[in-house]
Amino acid sequence: MILLVEQILNGLQLGITLFLMSAGLTLVFGIMQVINLAHGSFYMIGAYVGATVAAASSSFLLGVAAALTASALAGMAVESAVLRHLYKRDHLDQVLATFGLIFFFNELTRMIWGKQPLFMDVPVWLSGNIELLPGLIYPVYRLAVIMVGLLVALLLWFLFAKTRLGMQIRAGASNRDMVAALGVNIKLLYTLVFGLGTLLAGLAGVMAGPIFAVESGMGESILILTFVVIVIGGIGSVRGAVIGALLVGLVDTLGRAFLPLVLRLFLSSSYADGVGASLASMSIYIVMAAVLIWRPRGLFPTGS
Amino acid sequence: MSAVNRTSTLVTSGALFFLLLPFLADYIGNPYLLSLFSRVLIYGLAAASLDLLVGYGGLVSLGHAAFVGIGAYVVAIMFHHGAEAEPLLGFISGSENGFIVWPLAVLAAAGAALLIGALSLRTSGMHFIMITLAFAQMAYYFSVSLEKYGGDDGISLYDRSVLGGLDLGNDISFYYVCFFLLSLFLILAYRLTRSRFGLILRGCGSNPRRIQALGIHSKRYRLVCFVIGGAGAGLAGALLANQTEYVSPALLHWTLSGELLVMVLLGGLGSLFGPVLGATVYLLLEETLAMYTEHWMVYFGPILILVVIFAKQGLFGLLTGAWKSDE
Repeated sequence: MILLVEQILNGLQLGITLFLMSAGLTLVFGIMQVINLAHGSFYMIGAYVGATVAAASSSFLLGVAAALTASALAGMAVESAVLRHLYKRDHLDQVLATFGLIFFFNELTRMIWGKQPLFMDVPVWLSGNIELLPGLIYPVYRLAVIMVGLLVALLLWFLFAKTRLGMQIRAGASNRDMVAALGVNIKLLYTLVFGLGTLLAGLAGVMAGPIFAVESGMGESILILTFVVIVIGGIGSVRGAVIGALLVGLVDTLGRAFLPLVLRLFLSSSYADGVGASLASMSIYIVMAAVLIWRPRGLFPTGS
Repeated sequence: MSAVNRTSTLVTSGALFFLLLPFLADYIGNPYLLSLFSRVLIYGLAAASLDLLVGYGGLVSLGHAAFVGIGAYVVAIMFHHGAEAEPLLGFISGSENGFIVWPLAVLAAAGAALLIGALSLRTSGMHFIMITLAFAQMAYYFSVSLEKYGGDDGISLYDRSVLGGLDLGNDISFYYVCFFLLSLFLILAYRLTRSRFGLILRGCGSNPRRIQALGIHSKRYRLVCFVIGGAGAGLAGALLANQTEYVSPALLHWTLSGELLVMVLLGGLGSLFGPVLGATVYLLLEETLAMYTEHWMVYFGPILILVVIFAKQGLFGLLTGAWKSDE
C-alpha cells in the first residue's frame, strides 16, 4: 500500500515533467501547425545552463532563472531564424529541419560541456524527506516539482482563458490573417508563444536536473514520451496535455514497478522480471495504440 | 536536353558508377571503399523503400528504422539458433541459408508493416508522423529487452549468410549482391509507380478526398504501399546484418528513421533513384566531415536546415532539371 502511494507520487512527478514539455509543444503544434522535433533540445539547454549556473553561484534559484532565460531566448532565436520559414511548408520539411537542429544542439552541448554527464545537487532547503503518511517517507524536492507543475498548469489556464494575450493567441490559432488584419503583430505573437513553449521545456529540464543526469541527447528520450502524450491528449489541446501527461506518467511508472511483480505470480521470477521490464517499457505505446483505435484524433480533439 | 533524357542519363551513369566501383577501389588500392559503398547501396535501398511511402503515398513515416531492424534481427536470430543448434521456440531450426533467411526477414518486416500500417493509417498528417515514431520506439524497446540476443549490446554473427555457391565473405561478391538487390528493388518499384496502382497512390498523396470520391478505397492502397516499403526496409536490414555481421537495437533507433528521411529529401522526394543519390551524398559527407572534425554534426545540422529551406527538389531534381518542368 505504502509502495503503491509512493509509486503514484513518482508517476505524478514524471507526469508533471511531461506536462511541462507537452504544454509548450502542443501549443506550437496547435497554433502554428509546426511539428518541432527539437523541443527536447530546449529541455537539454535548460538542464545544462541551470546546472552550470547553480554550481557556479551555488544558488539553485539563480540556476532556474538562468535556465528559463536561456531556453526562452534560444527558442525565440530558433523561431525567427529557422522555423518562421517553415510555417507554410509541409510537415516533412519541418521534421527534417528540426532534426537538423537536434544534431546541432546535441553536438554543441558536447563541445561546450564535454561528453561527461553533469550532476546537479538538490538545493539544501529542498533536500531531505518528509513523512506524508505514517510509514510513507518522500523526498521534499520531488514534492516541490509536483507543486511547481500544478502551479504552472494553473497559470497557463489563467493566461489563456482570462487575459487579452491569451485571447489573441487563441484567435491567432483559428485565423492568422484575420488577427493580423485587426492590427495584432502576429509574427511577434508567434515568437512569444514559441518562447513560452521552450521556456516551459527549460523549466522541465532544470527541474529534472537533480533527478536525472544532465547529458547530451537527454532531450530525445523525453521528447518521444511527449509525443505520446500529445497524440493521446489530442494535438493542440492543453487540457489533453494535462490528462495525457498524467496518464503516461502513471502508466509508465506503475508498469515498471508492478508488472514484474504481477507476472511473478504466473512465471518464474527471473523470466517474469525480464518480460515485465520489457512489457513496462512498451506499455505506454500500447496505451497509445489503444486510444487511437478508440479515438484516432486523441482524447480531446481540437478544431474541425 | 529534356528532363526525361537527363533522368535516364543520370540513372545510367549512376548504375555504371556503382557497377565499376569495385574495379576503381582495386585500382586505387583502397578496399575500405568497397565496404563503404556496400553500406551506401544498403542505405540506398532503405531510403528508396521509404521514398515509396513518403514521395508517392504521401505518408511521412518517422518509424522506418523499425523495419530495417526487424529484418536485421530475423537474420541474426536465425543465425544464432543455427550456430547453437538450438531450435527457436523449440521447433524452428535456425538457419544461415540466405535463400531461406532473407525472404523470411522480408516477410517479417512486411508483416510488421501490415500491423503498424493498419493502425497508423487511421490517422494522417502530424498524427501519422508521431504514431509511426511511437510504434518504432515500441519495437526499439522490444529489441532492447531481447536479453537472449544480447539486449542492449546486440548480437554478433560469426559469418555472413550462405547464398548457394556464392561466397558472401568475399567483399566483392557481397557488394554485387547488394547492387543486384537494389537494382531489382528499384526496377520493381519504378514499374509499380508507373502502373495504375502508382497513379492512384500519387493521387492519394496529393488529394485523398478526390480519390475517395472516385470510389477508390484510398486507405487500402496506402496500406499496400506501406507494406511494400516495409518489405524493402526489411531486405535492407537483412543485408546490413550481413555487412556488419553485428545487429543491435541501434538499428531500430529513431535517429536512423530520421536519417533515412534526410536521405530521401536530400536526394529528391518521389524520385526513387534520388534517395540512392541522397544516401550516397549523406554517407560520404558524414565520412568526409568526420575526417576533419569529431564535431561534424555541428556543421551537418545547419547544412541540413539550409537544404530543407532552399533546395526543395533535392539533388536529383537539381541535376535532372525536373524542378523546371514542374513549374
